[in-house]
Amino acid sequence: MSKRFVMLWFRYLRTDWFTRRQSRLRDIPFVLSSPDHGRMMVTAANTIAQSHHINVGMVVADARAIIPSLEILDDRPELSDKLLKGLAEWCIRYTPFVAIDPADGLILDATGCAHLWGSEKLYLEDIVSRLKSLGYNVRAAMADTMGTAWAIAHYGKQNFIVECNQQSTALLSLPPECLRLEYESVGRLHTLGLSKVGNIIGMQRSALRRRFGGHILQRLDQALGNKDEIIQPVQPIEPYQERLPSLEPIVTATGIGIALEKLLEIVCTRLQQEQKGLRVAIFKCYRVDGRMEKIEIGTNRPSYNRHHLFKLFELKIETIEPDLGIDLFILEAQKVEPVSPIQEKLWQTTDGLENLHLSELLDRFSGKYGAKSIHRFLPAEHYWPERSFKQALSIDEKLSSEWKDDRPRPVQLLPIPERIEVMAPVPDYPPMNFRYKGKLHKVTKADGPERIEQEWWLQKGQHRDYYYVEDEEGKRYWLFRSGHYSDKFYQWFIHGFFA
Amino acid sequence: MLKTKSRMLLSKADIIAQLQKSILPLQGFKYSAQNTSVGLGLIEKAFPNYSFPLGAIHEFICADTESAAATDGFIAGVLSSLMHKSGVSLWISSSQKIFAPSLKCFGIQPDKIIFVNVQNQKDVLWCVEEALKCEGIAAVIGEMNDLNFTVSRRFQLAVEQSRVTGFIIRNNPRQLNTTASIARWQITSLSSISHDDMPGISFPRWNVELLKVRNGKPGSWEIEWSGRKFIHITHIVPLPREQQRKTG
Repeated sequence: MSKRFVMLWFRYLRTDWFTRRQSRLRDIPFVLSSPDHGRMMVTAANTIAQSHHINVGMVVADARAIIPSLEILDDRPELSDKLLKGLAEWCIRYTPFVAIDPADGLILDATGCAHLWGSEKLYLEDIVSRLKSLGYNVRAAMADTMGTAWAIAHYGKQNFIVECNQQSTALLSLPPECLRLEYESVGRLHTLGLSKVGNIIGMQRSALRRRFGGHILQRLDQALGNKDEIIQPVQPIEPYQERLPSLEPIVTATGIGIALEKLLEIVCTRLQQEQKGLRVAIFKCYRVDGRMEKIEIGTNRPSYNRHHLFKLFELKIETIEPDLGIDLFILEAQKVEPVSPIQEKLWQTTDGLENLHLSELLDRFSGKYGAKSIHRFLPAEHYWPERSFKQALSIDEKLSSEWKDDRPRPVQLLPIPERIEVMAPVPDYPPMNFRYKGKLHKVTKADGPERIEQEWWLQKGQHRDYYYVEDEEGKRYWLFRSGHYSDKFYQWFIHGFFA
Repeated sequence: MLKTKSRMLLSKADIIAQLQKSILPLQGFKYSAQNTSVGLGLIEKAFPNYSFPLGAIHEFICADTESAAATDGFIAGVLSSLMHKSGVSLWISSSQKIFAPSLKCFGIQPDKIIFVNVQNQKDVLWCVEEALKCEGIAAVIGEMNDLNFTVSRRFQLAVEQSRVTGFIIRNNPRQLNTTASIARWQITSLSSISHDDMPGISFPRWNVELLKVRNGKPGSWEIEWSGRKFIHITHIVPLPREQQRKTG
C-alpha cells in the first residue's frame, strides 16, 4: 500500500491568529511589522491588505502610503513555531504522525487514516472546515509523496487530492517553485524559459545536475516518489506504549501499584511474544489537575520479567505525588532490545556474571542508589596505582589485559595518600620508623624501593619510591617517598595497608 | 550390671549425638554432599560437621585499619576457593577502600567482584540483605560498624533460603553484642617470617581467632597465605617476647 500524505499550508498563520484574538481586525486591513536595518518591515499581511497589494517584505511606510488607515501591529518572531506546534498536536486527532514544515505548514502522514472519515475527500474537507471554524485559512492537499502534496497545496488550482501514482501528471503544469527549490535555481529556470515542471521532468538527469546541482534532482525524486523523505514527528511514536485510564482518580500507592502491574503485564506479554526485553521504561501518571508525574527505571539486561520490573518501579512509587488523584497511567518502553530465549535459560543455571538474579539485584541497587554506586573494575595498563584499574562500562565487559600480580600491592588503598613523618637513612634505604596518626611504628622488615614514574603525558609531578614495610607488631604498610632526596622537596606518604 | 550401664551410657551418647544432628539443620546448617572445604585445613575442624559452613553468616571483628586489611586478605583467600572459576561476589561498603588489583594475589579475578558503595550504614544493611537473598552469588561481603541481633537474624534467614555465604566485617564495633551469626572471627597480622633468612617481607601471616562458633569449638590458629593456599604454622617460631604473650 502506498503512503498518503496531507500537506496543510497556513497562508495567513499569524494574521489569522491575531484576528482570532481581536475580532475587530476581521474586516480591516492590517499588517504585522518588525524592525529590520532601522526600518519597519511588513512581516505578515492579512487578506484584505494583500488584496491591496501590500506584501511581505514591504516597508511599512510604503504600505501606509497605499492604505492610510492601515493597522500596524508588532510581530512576535517565535509565534509561528508555537502556533504550528499547537496545531500539530491538535492534528493528532487525524493521524498519529504529524510533522512541522518550517515557517507555515504541517505534514500529516495519513496512510490508513482517511477511510475512518469515509473517504479522502471527506477527510480533507473535515480538516479544512474544522480549521476554518477555528479561524485559520488553510490550503490542504493530499498525495502519495510529501513533495507533491506540498506543491499542490501551494500552487495547485483545483483537484487537491492527487490519486495514487499520479504525481507526475499533477505536477506537469505547475511552476518549478513548487519543487521547494532554492531561490537562485528557480530564477535560472525561469530565465531559461523552463516555467513548468513538465519541461524539467523529461530532461536528462545529467544535464540537470550539471546546470542546477544535485538538489533539483533530489527534490524531483522526492516529489515523484522515487526517493524517500524523512520527517520528524511532533510526538515520537513509542512502539511499546500502553495506557490505562481510570474511572475514579487514584490517590493511593496501592492503587498506583495495581495500575502499574496491569500495564506491565500487557507490555511484558507483548515483549515476550516478540522475544524482546526492556532496558528503559517510563511510567507516567497524569493527574486530575493536568500535571504529570513520572518515574523511570533502567535495567542492565533486557528483561520482560514483570515481577522484576515491578520491583524496580516499586522502589520509586513513593515519589509520585497523586495530589487530587491520577486518572491516566501510561507505560512506555523507551529502549527495547532483543533477548534470546536460550541465553536466558543459560543465565538461570550459571553462577557467573551472566546470572539473571544478579543483574536483577544490581538493577534494584542502581534504581535505589544510582548506577554510580556500583563498581566493577578492570585492569588498566598503568603502573601508577591510582590508574592501574578502571571502571567497567558494563557488567559483561571483557578484560583487555590480564591482572598483574608480580608486584606487592596493598589490599586497602587510601584514596589520597596521607603525609607521614619518617626517619630514613639516605639515599635509598627504607624508613627506620614512621609516625602515622600519632603512633610511632618501628620498621623491622622492608622491601623496596619500587620506583613508579609519573606518566608525564597524563600528569606532571614527581615520581614515587614505594616501600613495603612491616612494623614490629607485624602490621604491613605501603609507604612512598615522592621525589628525590637531592630535590629537598621530597615528602613521605602512606598509601595503603597490606593484609 | 556394668555392661548395661555402659550400654546405657553409649546409647545416651548416641541419643545426644543424634539429637545434635537433628538440631543442626534446624539451626541453619545443611549437609551438602559436595566437598565444602575452603582450604582452611585445621580451622574447618572447629565447625560442626567438620566443614566450613557455607550459606551462613560469618562475622569479623576489626579493631583498626591494619586488622581490617588483614581481615580483607583472609576473606579474599577464602573467597578464592568459594568463587572457583565462575563465581561472583558482592562487596558492599560505604566507601571504596579495597584496592581491586591486589585481590589477584589472593587468587581472585578482581573483575568478578562487584563493589557496591552506598552512602550510609542503613543503606549498607539494606543492600547486604537484598544481596544475601539473591541466589547464584558465591558470597556477599558487607562492611559495617554495628550489627544488632535483629539484623543478624534477618541475614541468617536470608541465607538459609539462598545458600549464599555472608561475611560481615565489623570495623571498630561499639560493643560485641550477641548476634545470630554462625561464627565470630578476629584476624590480626603477625610478623612474616621468611624460611630461608632472606631479607624483606615474606608471605602475609595472620593470627586467626574464632571467638565464637555456634555448635563448634572456638580456638586460635596461625596461618600464612602462600600465594595460592593457606598454610598452617605448626612449629613454634621465635617471636618477639611481647607478641608471644599477646597471641598466647
